[in-house]
Amino acid sequence: MNMKKKTIIIHVIAWFIALFWILPFMGIFMASIRPYSEIIHGWWDFSRFNPTFSNFMISWSHRDFPLSRGVINSLIVAVPSTFIPLFVGALAGYSFARFSFPIKNYIFLTVVLLMALPQQSVAIPLFQMMMTFGLIDNFLSLILVHSAWGLPWIILFMRNFFSALPVEIEEAARVDGASYFKIFYKIVLPISLPALASVIVLQFMWVWNDLFLALIFIYSDPMKLATQRLLYIGRTGPFHLDWSILSAASIIVMAFPVLIFILLQKYYIKGMVGWTIKG
Amino acid sequence: MIIFVVFPILNTIYISFLSPEGGFIGLENYAMVIGSKKIFNLEGLPKNPPLGAFVHNMIWILIHLPLSIISGLIFAIILKDVKGSSIVKTLVFLGMVTPMVVGGLIIRYTFEKDVGIVNGLLSLIGLGDLTKSWTAYPDTALFALIFGSVWLWTGFSMILYSAGLATIPKDYYEAAKIDGAGPFKMFFRITLPLLRSITVTVVTMTILYELKIFDIVLVATYGGPGEASSVLAFQMWLYAFRYFQFNKAAVVASLLTILTTIVTIPMIKFMVKR
Repeated sequence: MNMKKKTIIIHVIAWFIALFWILPFMGIFMASIRPYSEIIHGWWDFSRFNPTFSNFMISWSHRDFPLSRGVINSLIVAVPSTFIPLFVGALAGYSFARFSFPIKNYIFLTVVLLMALPQQSVAIPLFQMMMTFGLIDNFLSLILVHSAWGLPWIILFMRNFFSALPVEIEEAARVDGASYFKIFYKIVLPISLPALASVIVLQFMWVWNDLFLALIFIYSDPMKLATQRLLYIGRTGPFHLDWSILSAASIIVMAFPVLIFILLQKYYIKGMVGWTIKG
Repeated sequence: MIIFVVFPILNTIYISFLSPEGGFIGLENYAMVIGSKKIFNLEGLPKNPPLGAFVHNMIWILIHLPLSIISGLIFAIILKDVKGSSIVKTLVFLGMVTPMVVGGLIIRYTFEKDVGIVNGLLSLIGLGDLTKSWTAYPDTALFALIFGSVWLWTGFSMILYSAGLATIPKDYYEAAKIDGAGPFKMFFRITLPLLRSITVTVVTMTILYELKIFDIVLVATYGGPGEASSVLAFQMWLYAFRYFQFNKAAVVASLLTILTTIVTIPMIKFMVKR
């Protein structure tokens, strides 16, 4: 009986936590499906309730900062910024795991340290560099920097994954006369798909969610990424926000990472846990 | 990587020693920036913010670190034996996958007068007099953002601790029970020591997160009102990309580089030891 009571209490607490944690999200959800005039006394006020889709339409095809364009821009940046470092990082991680270099350990310490640094530490020289090459307001600058910035953790993560794989299969293939490249593509890569999925999920989200790098490299309105547009959409005056339109825009922007997370949760968690704990 | 990561870090430190005209002036920029009220504003303590971006970051760590880690650990323990815990975990973890810009907007909305749920709940429990736009006043803006960031970040420690708890064999607890250990003793003697390596990681990553806070501040308060919620990463961006004072910005960036390095070294040492 006592045990049962305890179980019930724990369940109640657990669901209370869930409810409490979800309240702010409920707030923007409720705001996004109702006209702003209805929620000026709080979104929990249901004395008038006329759900509408118009806030989403307004932010999607916003007059000055259409989110549709922002989403496309963000995809143009995020897709290559995910796959370029994935490709390079997997190869580098494999060589770190299978071949020994005399200075390997030092490289690793450096990599861990680099992972920790904020983007502010590199912003000024990168801005000046991109200015020199005329890459300001060009997605290439973002793709290059995101790729380079993602490499340290991808190399580390892939090295840890490859180190845990048994070498025997590869050795057997080598005895049969297969080249290193052939072994990598025919044997190692197929069994690494779950790890690669983790990298894709984490890196894509990281790039998609970024605001800082976008702010320092992209300045013209049509080029602005989805996250940047949230600084302009729904502004009805210098101190005035239309929370309904802004909430709808926020939901569109967060939909991408949230959906990826919900669909590929296993890979996300594995990636994060593996990368931080075993790191 | 060397071009886009290593070189810029060193170059930033180099720029921090130059005058705007390009001459080498040693630590003059450091004296100027660290002496400015934007970074340290401690005259006349005790007082409300603005206390300077550096101090704000330290307050952030002081409040956010224990709150987010302890609540994450408690959630992980509570949810261990709950049916449907994966749904609860997903909900708590949403804050981690939400873009920080959106997180900042939600925080601002949640604390806003009339439309925000915080004030709604205050009225509900009879504290209606306290309602205000929390992010719009210097004495509360910083703290509203800090509590908001706890809400966003708790999922991190919860997920890592959950993964850690799953690796502790049940026999340990059963054996301890037979020896007559209570739940608190078991927690401090078994759970906590076995989660040590996770705690090292979580603490390090959380402090790094607190030092890197940028988007939330930019979008929720723009460092205001009157710099009352400014932080180092935001101040760096203002110096560099709003005022175009690259040398001053480089000083703030170098400070951040030093701070993150100091925080990361113990974790690296810990990892090497294992």
